[in-house]
Amino acid sequence: MMRFFLRRLRHALFLLAGVSILAFLFTTLAPGNYFDEMRLNPQISPETLAALRAQYQLDKPLALRYASWMNSVLHGQMGFSFAYNGPVAPLLFVRARNTLLLTITATLIAWVIALPLGVWSAERYGRLPDRLLSWAAAGLLVIPDLALALGLLVLAVRTGWFPTGGMTSLDFESLSFGGKVRDLVWHMTLPVAALVFSALPLLLRHVRAAVAEVLDAPFVLAAKGHGIPRRTLLYRYALRAAANPLISLFGFSVGALLSGSLLVEVVMSWPGLGPLLLESILSRDLYIVIGGVLLSTLFLVGGNFLADILLYWADPRIRTETVAR
Amino acid sequence: MRSRPTFVRWLVILGALHAIIVCAGFFAPYDPIEQDRKNPYLPPMPLHLMDAQGRLHLRPFAYALKLREGTFDQYEQDFTHPVPMKLFTSGSGYRLLGFLPLRTHLFGSEDTRICLLGSDGYGRDQFSRLLYGGQISLLAGILGAACTLLIGVCVGGAAGYFGGWRDDALMRITELFMALPWLYLLFALRAFLPLSVSPLKAFFLIVAVIGAVGWARPARLVRGVVLSAKERDFVRAARGFGATHGYLWRRHILPETSSVLWTQATILVPQFVLAEMTLSFLGLGVPEPVPSWGNLLSSLQQYSVLVSYWWMYLPALAMVPFFLGYLGLASSLQEQGEAYKIERRGILGA
Repeated sequence: MMRFFLRRLRHALFLLAGVSILAFLFTTLAPGNYFDEMRLNPQISPETLAALRAQYQLDKPLALRYASWMNSVLHGQMGFSFAYNGPVAPLLFVRARNTLLLTITATLIAWVIALPLGVWSAERYGRLPDRLLSWAAAGLLVIPDLALALGLLVLAVRTGWFPTGGMTSLDFESLSFGGKVRDLVWHMTLPVAALVFSALPLLLRHVRAAVAEVLDAPFVLAAKGHGIPRRTLLYRYALRAAANPLISLFGFSVGALLSGSLLVEVVMSWPGLGPLLLESILSRDLYIVIGGVLLSTLFLVGGNFLADILLYWADPRIRTETVAR
Repeated sequence: MRSRPTFVRWLVILGALHAIIVCAGFFAPYDPIEQDRKNPYLPPMPLHLMDAQGRLHLRPFAYALKLREGTFDQYEQDFTHPVPMKLFTSGSGYRLLGFLPLRTHLFGSEDTRICLLGSDGYGRDQFSRLLYGGQISLLAGILGAACTLLIGVCVGGAAGYFGGWRDDALMRITELFMALPWLYLLFALRAFLPLSVSPLKAFFLIVAVIGAVGWARPARLVRGVVLSAKERDFVRAARGFGATHGYLWRRHILPETSSVLWTQATILVPQFVLAEMTLSFLGLGVPEPVPSWGNLLSSLQQYSVLVSYWWMYLPALAMVPFFLGYLGLASSLQEQGEAYKIERRGILGA
């Protein structure tokens, strides 16, 4: 068992190292850097620019830059932001916290809706309620995320029910604790709704397909014959047997926690990782871009790792397979 | 007995939708970059059959818009000025399919322009821009998917066919690309390419970036198919007869991968159209004045547009039929593939 985890862990670390090198390699393809804009400014002399470049080590060879960046990652700084004039890590962490607040809420809501609804739909597989639900889900699936987020925003503006962006109201600091929570929830409603609507149809499809396949199995018929109550049968036995693909999917949702909401954040101006990344792309603040990519890769890899562990725990077949090896 | 497979139906629907976009010059009443600065942000003009006096007309018509008294951007219908819709009118010149110079448009009007979906801040007809924008977005999606599948076939094919250390190395790289969040990868790649370029260059840049991002999944699928295909008896027999690698690939292995490739294509194209939309929406894609589905929506990033001119959102809904078509095609192809597999297993079992 330890061996299984260690192998997975080694795999994950290998991936992270690879991604960091890859992200760094892309920077060599980059024409220009952060200080190029300043070159047009007559008040800044070429010597100052060269000094700045030297200060941020942009004139050093790539391997050296990578080594010094890796050093700063190990010291918890993840490089230096030109635009914010400070280490990248604290910047990223504040933004990542905001993103996670949004995405964890949305993911939980989506799963809490998708599981019972999918089971309900699978129980009626091919009948009218199931078909109606499938059509509704397909309808939701074909609306692009961008259109969904913008549509909700248009709705918010036209009705005035929800704020059109940001995370807090202007007078946030002066509110009481309860007021602060209420203000935050009010601001979160629209982005969370956009994320839930875009995640729900896919989850629903997978839950439905997995459970419907299990419900076809002979053991379900046998259990029915034994008089096991419907609810127990569905949620304790069928759902457990259908867990395998769903756990992988869950790992995927966990993995997408940082990267999945980029567009919604930008559209709804939520101060998360997405807008920061976009802004630093436009200003070529490259360590923020690399840091952002790396942080979200960490989540993707972590999500897969989590799914592996959960699968190991939930599916006896995987346990025996690894023991046999 | 064999009924006509459902994917043919979806293919016909998609074909019709794409034909409209391909012949955008004919279906769009106006030139997409022709400005009308005196009439910015016209609201959509509904077509009527019954006029204000309650008389029925055979020819659909719209009412011209006039500024409401005392405002500078609020329009209302001018019931004294109907604008009949003419079919097959002559208008601005365009090249059908890129070479056929024509002036005929499906519909148009004589004095006042009919803007079915309203107009934008420069008074450009949104309906025409939507149709022309589709050319950019769909072409980017299709070319991007073609690039991706090409890379996928090469990498996955080589890995599966040669096996051994080459397989290991290629699959490690593939896993690396799958571990990257793809929208971030898209951005990061775009970040390190020049930001302001001409529309044509930007278009090919985007296609290249999109194509370079998504190849990992197809590569894995292709590898799986090739792995099983090269151990099939007829392939072994051909190899035993001394067939070259090239022959084996052309005759036996590539055809085996075709169903995976088609299914992947139907999944990838809409995904990549969305990628182009996202990039252009955020200003990293095809720049103005060339319309694309992404930059049509980018004006909605301004709060004032969002508040006052809601119809700028309408293009977002016009794309839904395309995505529906691709989704339907993808799922019916998948069903078809399953049925085919079962059928073949039946034959082999008998």
